[in-house]
Formats: sequence, C-alpha cells, structure tokens
Amino acid sequence: MSKKKPVDNAGIGARIFDGCNILFMLLLAFIMLYPMYNILVVSISSAEYIYRGEVNFIPKGINFDAYKMVFENESIWVSFKNSVVYTVVGTAINVVCSAMCAYPLSRKDFYGRGFFTFFVALTMFISGGMIPSYLVVNQLRLINTIWAIVLPGAISTYNMIIMRTFFQNIPSSLTESAYLDGANDIQILFKVILPLSMPIIATMTLFYAVGHWNSYFQAMIYLNSKSKFPLQVLLREIIVAGNMAEESADLSANMQIIAINFKYAVIIITIVPILVVYPFLQKYFTKGVMIGAIKG
Amino acid sequence: MSTLQQTQNQKKTGVPGKSKSMPKPVREIIRCKYLYLIFLIPFVYYILFQYWPMYGILISFQDYNVVKGILGSPWVGLKHFEKFLLDPYFWKLVRNTLLINIYSLLWGFPAPIILAILLNELKNEKFKKVIQNISYLPHFISTVVVCGMLVNFLSSDGMINQLVKVFTGTSIQFLMDPKYFRTIYVASGIWQSVGWNSIIYLAALTGVDAEMYEAALIDGANRWHRIWYITLPSIAPTISIMLIMNLGRLMNLGHEKILLLYTGSTYEVADVISTYVYRRGLLGNDFSYATAVGLFQAIVGVILVTSANQISKKLGETSLW
Repeated sequence: MSKKKPVDNAGIGARIFDGCNILFMLLLAFIMLYPMYNILVVSISSAEYIYRGEVNFIPKGINFDAYKMVFENESIWVSFKNSVVYTVVGTAINVVCSAMCAYPLSRKDFYGRGFFTFFVALTMFISGGMIPSYLVVNQLRLINTIWAIVLPGAISTYNMIIMRTFFQNIPSSLTESAYLDGANDIQILFKVILPLSMPIIATMTLFYAVGHWNSYFQAMIYLNSKSKFPLQVLLREIIVAGNMAEESADLSANMQIIAINFKYAVIIITIVPILVVYPFLQKYFTKGVMIGAIKG
Repeated sequence: MSTLQQTQNQKKTGVPGKSKSMPKPVREIIRCKYLYLIFLIPFVYYILFQYWPMYGILISFQDYNVVKGILGSPWVGLKHFEKFLLDPYFWKLVRNTLLINIYSLLWGFPAPIILAILLNELKNEKFKKVIQNISYLPHFISTVVVCGMLVNFLSSDGMINQLVKVFTGTSIQFLMDPKYFRTIYVASGIWQSVGWNSIIYLAALTGVDAEMYEAALIDGANRWHRIWYITLPSIAPTISIMLIMNLGRLMNLGHEKILLLYTGSTYEVADVISTYVYRRGLLGNDFSYATAVGLFQAIVGVILVTSANQISKKLGETSLW
C-alpha cells in the first residue's frame, strides 16, 4: 500500500486532467504503433487498393504475393543468413569479452585495477574517430570479412561497466569459498560468477544482439561484396536508395506498386526478429538501464 | 591453495609468507596471474581497436599515404585544419550541425520529461506499463527501417501526401525540399527516442516518497501544484545532468540517419560535419583531411561539454564531475 500514490478524485479539474491524460496516452500509443501496422497492412494488400490509397487500417484484397517474392529472392535469403551469423557470432564475442573485461575490474584485489579502469574508461571520452578506425581495420586486413563487423565493437565500455557493477555486488564470500575449494580465478568466473549473473548476461545479450541486427554503417563501409551484406544494408539499397531513384525514373504505375508492396514485406521481415525478442527485451532492459544509472 | 594462503598471510601480517625477496609488483602480478590471463583478451582489444585508432589521429598532421604508413608520411603541421577552417563550406557545415542539434534539443529534450511526468500521473499501473512498453518500441527499430518508412510515407504518393492532397490538392516533395529536412529529422528522432529517454526520468520519480504527495494533498495542493512543487524538483538534478550532456554534444551529430535521408537537393541544410568526414574520407580517400575535420569536431565537443559543466557548477546545480 505504501507504494501507491494517494488518489484524489476531488474536483472536476482533476478528472478532466485524468481524462485528457488517458486520451493523450492512447494517441501516443497510436502514433508509436501505426507506422508499423500500416507497413504490415500494405504488405498483404493487393496493388490496386494500395494505388488508390484505400489501404489505411484494414488490409484489402489480402494476398501474400509480396512475401512470395521476398522468399524467392535469393539475395534476401543470403542477407538474412548473413545477419543471423553476424548477430550470433558478434553477440557471443561481445558477451564473453565484456565479462572477461568486467570481472577483473570488479575485483578489489586486482593489482593495477585503478590504472586499468582508467585505461578502459578513457575510451568513452576519446576515440580515434571514423577514419583512423577504418584504417586500422584495413591494416589488419579485415576488410570484407565477418571480423570487420564483429571485432571493432567487441566491447561496449558502457555495457561493460554495467556488468562490472553487477559483479561487484556479488558477495565476495562466494569467491573466497571457491578459493578454499581450490578453484582459480578462471574457474571462478565461469563456474561461480557467470551462473549467478544470468539477469545481466541476458540483458547484455539482448542489447548487443539488437545492436548487431540493426547496424548497417559498419557493414556498409567494411564489406564490399554483395554476398556478405547483412539484411540492413540490402534493405537500405531496396527501400531507401531505390525509392530515391524512383522519384526520377518513370516506372509504370503498376511496377511502382509492386515495388512498394515488396519493400514493405522486406521491412516486415527485418523487424519481425526484433518484435519476437521484444517481450524478453522489455523485461530486462529497464533493469539494465537502472543498474547503469545507479553507479554509471 | 597457495594463492589463498598468501592472501591470508597478507591480511594477518601485511607481509607475505613466501617470496620475500621479490619486489611487490611482481608478487602482486603473480598473485593475480589468472585475473591477468582473463584480462588479456580485453586488453588486446582496447589496444587494437581503441588506442591504435587514437594513434592514427596523427595522420591529420600529415599528408598520409597508405603505402608509407604513419611513420613514413610527410608531416604538414596544421595545413588540413587551416584548409578546413578557411573553406567557405566550413561555416555551412557548422551551421547545419548546430541548427539540427538546437532544434532537436528544443523539441526533443522536453518531450521525454513531459512524457515521464504524464506517465507518473496515470493512476492505473497496468495501463501505465502498457503505454511505457509501447513507447520504448521504436528505439529498437533500426535506423534503416525508420528511414525506409519515412521515405515511403513521405513519397509523392505516400501516406502523408494523400492527406496533404485532400487539403491542398497537390503533393509535396518532402524529402527533396530543404525547408522540410530539419522538421523530418527532428520529428522522427522524437518518435524514435521519446519513450526510451523517459526511462531515466521515470527512474528518478520512483525514488520520490509517496508521503510527500499525501502531505501535499492534505495541505490542499492540486495537480499543478504537485507537479510543479514535488515532481519537477525531484527530477531536476537528472534534467540538468541530461542537459549538460546534450549541450556537450551540440557539435556532434551522428551520420547514420542523415546519410540515409539526405539527397542532392537537401545537402545545403542536411550536410553536417560527420557526413562530410564520411564523404571526404571514405568515399574520397582524403584520409588526412577527413581525420583533421573529425578531430576538430571532437575537440570542440570536449570544450563544449567542459564549459557546460563549468557553467552548471557555477550556477550551483549538479555537475557531471
């Protein structure tokens, strides 16, 4: 009970305020969801209705031709597979490396802890920037390989510090009793600390995975063969660049509609994985943000 | 076991039991050897992908040649900086970067605060949760998808233009017209981030004691009084920290969204420092010049954030450090 805010129903003003507030929130929810809903509805409607601008809330002439086209398109499949590989490999590297960085820094008896914390935290304020980073990747001969996508961002210092804070809150008596059992620090990290840190591991996994799935810029500058493009880069070519060209090129009206249908189906395919993990995401991310905010 | 004994001995006497002859750092490193082993990979990562690029900033003072490398390329001092600062295009880039950021700040900064306050006023906890979760969703939609939606919705026969046609009879080429670019950028930015950015304010609000509201109620305070005298003051420190951080970023503007949204006809308002760095550096292979431009931006950023922090300290408000 103590957590509940006091309720005052006194006064008509308060009621009007509450009513307007609820209306405003409903409007907000509509604005947040409608663009995605519209994409979905258009992607399963037939061309003639879309062209007449009649498809706004309810799909008309329902058909899945656009999805058929998407599934038959080989380059989309290749990109989808690439995105999955980059996300899985990249996230695995992210989580393992972040934990390996965070654990020593969380130990008060780690010799040189102050220096290494500074060494790591400094990179949050100073960075080489776009061109020097590109040149390093180039010099390491990683251009046009998966490693150019997954290695340069292997550790997000911000996320790593959230993890370190979490590790710090694990009672040190656990570590000490593991020492008594003859375990070394590597065993302690993987057998004691990580199993106890599942909430933060889940949060980090989701953060990193969504980041990989959604990123396009790195792939765009580091990859040059089309067979290696992730979905986002292909999507950029199809929906953003494609549409710009469309403004000038005079395609027949029908062609254009198929294009819109097709584009929207690709967008849906791209956001479905995010929507699938979103329920898990929203369960964890607020927690992650809080931990970060408390001792950032 | 030996590690433990050593730690225990140290605790008891301050003098380790064995290896008295070794200097302290060596002893300590041996004691932490497994921790060092764990830290090795992250250390190598930071050296390779964070510190090596920092060393690479040196090329902004050179005429960098990929074949000769940093050690072999000729030094040219501040040539690239001079060239950039004297270029008439410099002012356009600074102006565009600042204007987009100022508009984003003006509209985008209060939005999550207002949202948080209004969410806080909702009485039905379940409804509040649902709205919150819906408002976070756009944060997880990729920039490419957001820009794809914008491009399609704003195209000559898109959703927005169908509405425009009803009222004016003609369609507007939104993405081709420089005067709409900032509005589109800022509005879509708010759509993407308002919910997510409200989290931090909502977190600050959960710390407010419910008794304060009760006491205010007894004293006859109405809604506005409570928002004005309890809710706002309790998130004021968070607001000022966020404001300092935002002011510090006035000269920094991400390239990702602009690269997807700008067209030849909107360069005059949309081209900002970071997109210019990308075009000159990665598309034009003018590495030294582009690095100099990037460094200039970073230095201005550091100056801005430091002075914003200083001003805030002087005013007696919260500061970042």
